[in-house]
Amino acid sequence: MSKKKEFDWFDKPANRKLLWWLLYAVCILLVAVEPLLHRHAHFEEVWWADWGFAYYAALGFASCLALILLSKLLAILLKKKVDYYDD
Amino acid sequence: MMTNMPPFLLFFIAALITPLLTGKAKNIFICLIPALGFYLISQLDHGVSYQFHFYGYDLTLLRVDKLSKIFGYIFTLNAFAAFLYAFYLKDSRQHVSALFYIGAALGVVFCGDLVTLYFFWEVMAVASTFLILSRQTKKASGAGFRYVLIHLLGGLILLAGIVLYIQDTGSVTFDILASSNSSLTLATILILSGMLINAAAPPLHGWLPDSYPEATVTGGVILSAYTTKTSVYTLIRGFPGCEVLIIVGCVMSLYGIIYALLENDMRRILAYSIINQVGFMVCGVGIGTAMALNGAAAHAFCHIIYKALLWMSAGSVLYMTGKSKCTELGGLYKTMPLTMIFGTIGALAISSVPFTSGFTSKPLIMLAAENQHLIIPWLILEIASAGVFLHAGIKFPYFVFFAKDKGLRPGEPENKTMLWAMGFLAFLCIFLGVYPQPLYAILPFEMEFGTMYKATKVISQFQLLMFSALVFFLCLKLLKRTDTIALDTDWFYRKGARLFYLTMDKGLNGLNRLCDALFVQGLAGWVMRFFSNAPQRLALAAMAPFWLLTGQTGDKFQAKKQRLYSALETATTPVGICAAVAALMVFGLILFTLLLRK
Repeated sequence: MSKKKEFDWFDKPANRKLLWWLLYAVCILLVAVEPLLHRHAHFEEVWWADWGFAYYAALGFASCLALILLSKLLAILLKKKVDYYDD
Repeated sequence: MMTNMPPFLLFFIAALITPLLTGKAKNIFICLIPALGFYLISQLDHGVSYQFHFYGYDLTLLRVDKLSKIFGYIFTLNAFAAFLYAFYLKDSRQHVSALFYIGAALGVVFCGDLVTLYFFWEVMAVASTFLILSRQTKKASGAGFRYVLIHLLGGLILLAGIVLYIQDTGSVTFDILASSNSSLTLATILILSGMLINAAAPPLHGWLPDSYPEATVTGGVILSAYTTKTSVYTLIRGFPGCEVLIIVGCVMSLYGIIYALLENDMRRILAYSIINQVGFMVCGVGIGTAMALNGAAAHAFCHIIYKALLWMSAGSVLYMTGKSKCTELGGLYKTMPLTMIFGTIGALAISSVPFTSGFTSKPLIMLAAENQHLIIPWLILEIASAGVFLHAGIKFPYFVFFAKDKGLRPGEPENKTMLWAMGFLAFLCIFLGVYPQPLYAILPFEMEFGTMYKATKVISQFQLLMFSALVFFLCLKLLKRTDTIALDTDWFYRKGARLFYLTMDKGLNGLNRLCDALFVQGLAGWVMRFFSNAPQRLALAAMAPFWLLTGQTGDKFQAKKQRLYSALETATTPVGICAAVAALMVFGLILFTLLLRK
């Protein structure tokens, strides 16, 4: 074990806060630049399979939230103690 | 020609030589074999050779085309990285079983008929089991046992399908078996089911997350690549365009995510993400256009690389800390920065972040779905793509390397080859992401390749991923790890089978005990006791009321009973009485017959 001070940048609350701001900024930026590009929709048939502006942002957000909530719901039924299968 | 040799032969021969070598020579030898295999495969001419006549069937040990070659390349490439990673390992048992396992996988990929395919299929199942058993824990031996049972079951289903198929068609050639749902027969349905068991398609996927995380550190790396991807190869070859595979693939892609979110063990998270990723490939096979099949092959290629990388980085953590639960890990970035960086590159690649290999392979499948106007499958795969980032892209590195510092200070693995192997694969992840042309050049089907790097595509992908990341960190409280396991379909044969056994035990054995008490001990015993001294009892039953009526009581009555009993028992009754009884009997018989005739 080295005596020199270890690298613990990610543990500092100030840095964590910075990362949070960075995350928000990147998200906003990604949506903000979209109008500058001419993205055409994949499917014209139905609105819910790409309505245009910020579609992917919304899809990512909604589907992940849904997946997390679904897994939380299933956890009630499926989560067991680690020794469940032990004799 | 010497170079035109079936690649499996090289690995099988190497497996036999390996135990004879010692020390570093053994490890160098094992690393050279896949490198030689890679070269060998690159030199193979397209076409069929090594054909044998066997019990009336033409077997083909070597069939080379672009499809078999691309899988051959990645199998040997990954084997090289895995053996480099396992350079420290001296255990011949693991090396021999790995060589047989990889050799058999190459056997499947390069064989041209169903009989040979079945043979190698079973060799794979048996050889891979030893990679699990070698962990030498009670859990591993249980998991290994269940693993081999399920694979033997899958093998039998496959065999039944093959036998029926040969009966139906008279051909053993392994080519397109069915190209749409309507052309499926019982035989091809059985073959498809056998293959899907190896692809870990629900509901018969329980073996994968049950067994892979119990394998040894290096065993997990090797296992993660071959069984499921061999199955993907056989699906591309045998069932391109079978629509049912679209549904199976979509289910797999979501199933893996939900379970990976529930999991606490990092290697089980990675095991479930295999199911999720193979789901994309299976879906591609189901779509069945040249682009979709190329996408499935390309994704298998890239997936093997980043999945092995992820298993390596998880393996290094397990190797150094002896722990694999998220609840016990965290803060490892301080002492394992290189493992963290390599693991994160793998995590980014699996999430198909632009400029990694996932971004140049997976969109081929998405694009194929889009071109075929398969809106719902397309949407499910997009949702699954977002979910990948959630469970494998962020969850794995976050909880293992960051999150809460658990005070572990393991340091990087002292075997530098582990880091080299990870570095090599991490390089490939980025290389194929930035410059996918070499990969596109070896894809099996003819098509035009546009670039994935259009500004709109890149921005869309980043939007999808960054908002997934946002949800992850906003929901961090919900995602807090608990020291639990999540029940999966293996419950049915782990607990369910026990329940079945218990029901059978209590039910059938209970019935057995009841019958024993009622009939064997009860009724039969009574009959036996009754008939063993029936004459005495009957005589007494007839005489006792008579004596009582004639007023004989007390000692005299008892003495009379005793006398009659012993006389009958010893057959010493007075002649007169015998004659009287016989006369009565005859009289009775006559009366009985007369009565009956009336």
